[in-house]
Amino acid sequence: MAYALQQLINGVTLGMIYGLIAVGYTMVYGIIGMINFAHGDIFMVGAFLSMISLLGLAAFGITSVPLALALTLIFAAAIASLYGWTVERLAYRPLRGSFRLAPLISAIGMSIVLQTFVQVSQGARVKPMEALLPGGVQLMDQGGFAVQLSWMQVAIVITTLVVLAVFTWLVTRTSLGRSMRACEQDLKMAGLLGIDTDRTISLTFVIGAALAAVAGLMFLLYYGVIDFYIGFVAGVKAFTAAVLGGIGSLPGAVIGGLLIGLIEVFWSAYFSVQYKDVAAFSILVIVLIFMPTGILGRADVEKV
Amino acid sequence: MKSALRDAVLSALVALRPVPVAIAVAAVFVGRLLLLAWRGRSRAAARHANRAFAERLTQAGKYVAPLLLIVALAVPLSGDRYYLHLGILVMTYVMLGWGLNIVVGLAGLLDLGYVAFYAVGAYSYAIISTTYGLGFWTCLPIAGILAAIWGIMLGFPVLRLRGDYLAIVTLAFGEIIRIVITNWVSLTNGPNGISGIPRPTLFGLKFTPAGGPGSFSDFFHLPPSPTWRAVYLYYVILVLALLTNWVTLRLRRLPLGRAWEALREDEVACRSLGINVTVTKLTAFAIGALFGGFAGAFFATRQAFVSPESFTFIESAIVLSIVVLGGLGSQLGVALAALVMIGGFEVFRALADYRMLVFGAALVLIMVLRPRGLVAGRTPTVALGRKREISAELVAQGRG
Repeated sequence: MAYALQQLINGVTLGMIYGLIAVGYTMVYGIIGMINFAHGDIFMVGAFLSMISLLGLAAFGITSVPLALALTLIFAAAIASLYGWTVERLAYRPLRGSFRLAPLISAIGMSIVLQTFVQVSQGARVKPMEALLPGGVQLMDQGGFAVQLSWMQVAIVITTLVVLAVFTWLVTRTSLGRSMRACEQDLKMAGLLGIDTDRTISLTFVIGAALAAVAGLMFLLYYGVIDFYIGFVAGVKAFTAAVLGGIGSLPGAVIGGLLIGLIEVFWSAYFSVQYKDVAAFSILVIVLIFMPTGILGRADVEKV
Repeated sequence: MKSALRDAVLSALVALRPVPVAIAVAAVFVGRLLLLAWRGRSRAAARHANRAFAERLTQAGKYVAPLLLIVALAVPLSGDRYYLHLGILVMTYVMLGWGLNIVVGLAGLLDLGYVAFYAVGAYSYAIISTTYGLGFWTCLPIAGILAAIWGIMLGFPVLRLRGDYLAIVTLAFGEIIRIVITNWVSLTNGPNGISGIPRPTLFGLKFTPAGGPGSFSDFFHLPPSPTWRAVYLYYVILVLALLTNWVTLRLRRLPLGRAWEALREDEVACRSLGINVTVTKLTAFAIGALFGGFAGAFFATRQAFVSPESFTFIESAIVLSIVVLGGLGSQLGVALAALVMIGGFEVFRALADYRMLVFGAALVLIMVLRPRGLVAGRTPTVALGRKREISAELVAQGRG
C-alpha cells in the first residue's frame, strides 16, 4: 500500500513533465496538422538553458532558491520561445500548404540540428547538478517503508499546475486563444475572417516552446542529470502521451502524459525497469486498437 | 508612439555616424531589391520552372537510370576499397529506400519504424548463423521471411489507424524492437552485440584476405587480397537492390500494386470499389519488411557484428528522408537521394562532430527548396493511351 502510494506520487510527478511537453505537440498538431519532431529537442534545449541559468545565478551570488527558480523559469522559457519561433520560421513556414511529409522531414532535420548543436557546444557528456530543494515530508510509514513526498515533487506539481492554469486561461479567455482555436477549426476560414494566421501559428510555437522549457527545468530539478539525448526519449514519450490522449485535444495531452508517467513508474516498480518503455508503447498500441483516435480525440470524419 | 521612438533613434544614428549608416542603408536597399526581384520571380515562375525541371529530369531519366546503373556496375573497377565500401553503404541505403518506398511511396502508409525490419533481418541472420552454422545464402530468405512476419504483426494492430497515429505506432514498434534486443541478453547478447557472424561465400568459396586453400583467390589463381571480398559484397548488395527495384516495378503492374496506389490516393474509394484494404495494407507492410530484412541480413554479414546501436530511430529517419527527398514513389529519385545524402555525408567527413549539423541543415534546406523531392514528376503505372508525365503535386501522399 505504502509502496504503491510512493509510486503514485512519483508517477504523477513524471506524468506532469510529460504532460507539459505533450501540450506543445498536440497544440501544433491541432493547428497545422504536423508532428513537430523538434519539440523534444526544444525541451532538451530548455533543460540546458535552465542549467546554465541556475549556474550563472549561483555565480552571481543569488542563493535564494525560489528567486533563482523564478528567474530561471523566465529566462529558459524566454530563450526557448525564441528557439521555437526560429524553428517555425526557418523550417516550417516555407512549407506551409505543402504536402504532409515535407514538414515532417524538415522537422526531423531541425531535430538533428538542435541535438548536434547542443552536443558540440555543450559536450556529449552527461551533466550532473546538485539537488536544489533537498528534503521533503514523510507521509506515512508502513512496515519500515517510508513514503516520501520530496519538496522537489511538490514544487514540480505546483509549478506545472500553475503553468497549465495560465495556459488554459490563455487559450479559453484571451483573444490570442480565440484565434488559436479558430485556426485549429479551420485555418483558411480563420484567415478569411481577418485572423493573422501566420502570427497565430508562430505564437503557438512560442507558447509550446515555453511550456517545453518549463518541462526542461522540471526534468533538470527532478533527475539532476541531463545530456543532449534526453530530448528524443522524452519527446517520443510525450508524443505518445499526446496520441494516447487524442492528438489535438489539450486536456487529452495532460491525461495522456499522466497515464504514460504512471504506467512507466508502476511498471518499473512491479515488473522490470528495462521494459518500462515497452510497457508504455504497448499500452499505446492497445488503446489505439480499441480507440483509434485516442482517449479524448475526435473521430476523424471523412467526407467523400 | 513606437514610430516616434524609432524616428528619434534613427535620426540620432544618422546625426552621430552618417557614413556607416549610409552604408547600412545602401546594403539593406540592395539586399531588399535583390530579395524582391528573386521573390517576384518565385511562386508562379518558380512553380513553372519546377515543372519544366521535373519534365526535363524525367526525360533525362531515361538516360540517367542506365547511366547510373553502368557507373554502379563499374565501381569495383576502380579497385579502391574506400570507394567500394562507400558504394556498399550507398547501395544498402538505396535498397532500404526502395523497400520503404513500397510502404510509404506506393501504399501511402507513413512508417517511422522501418529500422525494426532491418534489425529483425540482421539479428535473424546473426543468431541463426552463429547458432546453427548456416551460411549467408541459406539464411537470407529466412531473415527476409522473419522480417516479413514481423511486418504483418505490426500491420494487424495498425489497420484501423490513420496518419499520425500510424506514424507513432510504427515508431513505437521500432523502439520496442530495439529495447527488446538490448535487454534480451540470453538471445542477443544485449548491448555487447553478436560478433563472429560468418561472411558470405561464393558457391562455398571463402573470401579470406590471406587466401589459402578453399578461398576465392586460390580457386581462380588470383593474388590474395581483401579487395575481393569488398568487390563480392558490393555485387551482392547491388543485386539485392536491383532485385528490390525489379520486384517493385513488376508488382506495380499487378492488381496488388495498383491496389496500393489506389489506397494511397483514396482509401474510401478503394473500399467502395471492392478492394480488400486489409490484405492490401498487410502485403505492403510485409513486402516492404521483406526487403528491409534482406538488407538487414546483408548488413550483418558485411559487418560480421551486430549491436543494438545500429538500429536507432535516426536510421529510420534517414531512410524516410531518402524516400521523401527522392520524391515519394519515384524509384530513380530514391537512388539519387541515397547517393546525395549518404555520399554527401561521407564528403563532409572532415567536419567530424559538425557533420550531423550539416546533415540536419541540409535536410531542412532541401525540403524547403524542393518539398516534392528531387524527382517531382511521376509516370502513371496505368494509363489510357500514351503515358504522360504528371506533376507530383497531383499525386496523393496517402492518409494512412
